[in-house]
Amino acid sequence: MATRTEPSILVNNLVKKYAGITAVNEVSFKVAKGEIIGFLGPNGAGKSTTMRILTGFIPATSGWASVCGIDVARYPERIKRHVGYMPENNPLPEDMRVIEYLKLRGRLKEIPRRRLRSRLDEVLEVCDLKRAQRRIIGTLSKGYRQRVGIADSILAEPEVIIMDEPTIGLDPHQIVMIRDLIASLRGKMSILISSHILPEIEMTCDRVVIINGGRIVAANTPENLRREFIPEKTYIVEVKGPPHGISTALERAGLDLSVDLLPSGNDNGFITARLSTESEEELGEKITDALLAGRRFRLRSLKRIESTLEEVFMAATKRSWDVIMPDPKPKSNRGNNGGAARRESSVEAD
Amino acid sequence: MRHFGTLLRHEIRILCYSPATYIAAFLFLLVMGSMFQWVIETYNQSVQETIPWVIFFQLFWLPVFFMVPLLTMKSFSEEKRLGTLENLMTTPAGTAEIVLAKFFSAYFLYVGLWSITIGFNFILFHYAGDARVIEAGPLLGGFAFAALSGLLFIATGIFASTVTRSQLVAGILSFSLLFGMIIGSRYLSELKQLEDGYSASLRNWIDALQIFEHAEDLSRGILDSRAVFFYLFSTILMLTFSTLVVRSKIWRG
Repeated sequence: MATRTEPSILVNNLVKKYAGITAVNEVSFKVAKGEIIGFLGPNGAGKSTTMRILTGFIPATSGWASVCGIDVARYPERIKRHVGYMPENNPLPEDMRVIEYLKLRGRLKEIPRRRLRSRLDEVLEVCDLKRAQRRIIGTLSKGYRQRVGIADSILAEPEVIIMDEPTIGLDPHQIVMIRDLIASLRGKMSILISSHILPEIEMTCDRVVIINGGRIVAANTPENLRREFIPEKTYIVEVKGPPHGISTALERAGLDLSVDLLPSGNDNGFITARLSTESEEELGEKITDALLAGRRFRLRSLKRIESTLEEVFMAATKRSWDVIMPDPKPKSNRGNNGGAARRESSVEAD
Repeated sequence: MRHFGTLLRHEIRILCYSPATYIAAFLFLLVMGSMFQWVIETYNQSVQETIPWVIFFQLFWLPVFFMVPLLTMKSFSEEKRLGTLENLMTTPAGTAEIVLAKFFSAYFLYVGLWSITIGFNFILFHYAGDARVIEAGPLLGGFAFAALSGLLFIATGIFASTVTRSQLVAGILSFSLLFGMIIGSRYLSELKQLEDGYSASLRNWIDALQIFEHAEDLSRGILDSRAVFFYLFSTILMLTFSTLVVRSKIWRG
């Protein structure tokens, strides 16, 4: 069992090879107790394989992993008592009723008979399945099926929950519902969740691990990942005044910002400009002062644009692909990709 | 074996909901009823040396060839195809428990269907009005053979289902294995090449493993311990292989 300080999941140099192909290559990360971790990566990146190893379903080729302090390779049967797992595509028996299926799963997960009934009521309530509990699973919509899968994974109140793409194929209402459900488990259970819906991951997860080509290419909080992969800050300003005077005004104030004018149509003489800088300093106030200083501009709005996790994900995976499959024709300007190999080999998620 | 009871109840439930079960039951009773009628008609036309049940149980292979594949082909192949095996294998239930639960559920159904044919006696007694047509010894021996050989046949069907995702392939493989086991062993024992020298001792072994011989012996009330050992040992072997295949398929991903 995990102690208070011991991480719920600890993965160290995990490798999995299938018929000569390395699906997971020296992956290392840890998940603290009560933490929600987003596991991101393109198709075939090794997310599902890593998750399957952690559930004790398949063994790793080499490396070491523990769940709740238990060695996964040595005691895969014990691991199954501590992990609630929702596999990719959420396979369910088509001809069973929801309540029958969950009852069966509860018994297989060794929930005491006296506790099972009340626990079933709880998960049906939490997953909003009360009304559908007597329905045959084969007749359920995708959203309801996902809820059944999630209900199953939390049923035995495991210390660790592993969900492989739980929000795939859901409509926005269902996504919000599942996001809230996962968020409600924060602090109670450690959750490892893989998804392609990046805003969902950003809103739900404490940290994000990005995997590509079987390797971890980035791991941090969404905020820190932004800082690491997309260091430039972007501001959008709406001003009335001479378009080419913006750069001059900013330079006069000693601000090093690149200015791009955006098409804004006939908007009572207001123009929209994008200002970008690699400076880590918050420049909103200085930009306002610079533009208002000479009274040449009337400022209508200024907002800072946050780069999305999607952009971070694209940058992180592109960088790793550049390392895995280098361009045969080297370009003179590699931009952010310089030094990627060095970073690639040293990334380890804490 | 903590989860065996739960899994067995679940598997029996699945079989009860499966159309293949009812097709197998219907075909089985149709074939067995027709066979029984044919046996009685034969006895009606001329005097026979053996009692009707000996002939009836000699035709055991006919229902086995279609019933066993129909009852077992879905067990693992369907779970693999749907991916529900992954769900099952990530619970604390062990692989051996899962294999045994699937095996016993199909076996209970198989034995249950055979036991329905006991009703044929009452029909015969009703029309013949003579208690001599029902002899307890051969009847019990015949059903003991059905129960004993059924262990191996069902285990073979389960094994066939573990090696593929396709129900159809599992069914064909199960049929082929049963055909080789039942008809192939008979063909081998009739080979002239096995009549003398070292091959004669091999032939003794093949004769001892003749399923037709076992059927005849048991339905005459002769119980050979070698036959009991053969069925129990080969059933355990087949189930062990099934467990290993399920595990190795997962291990290979």
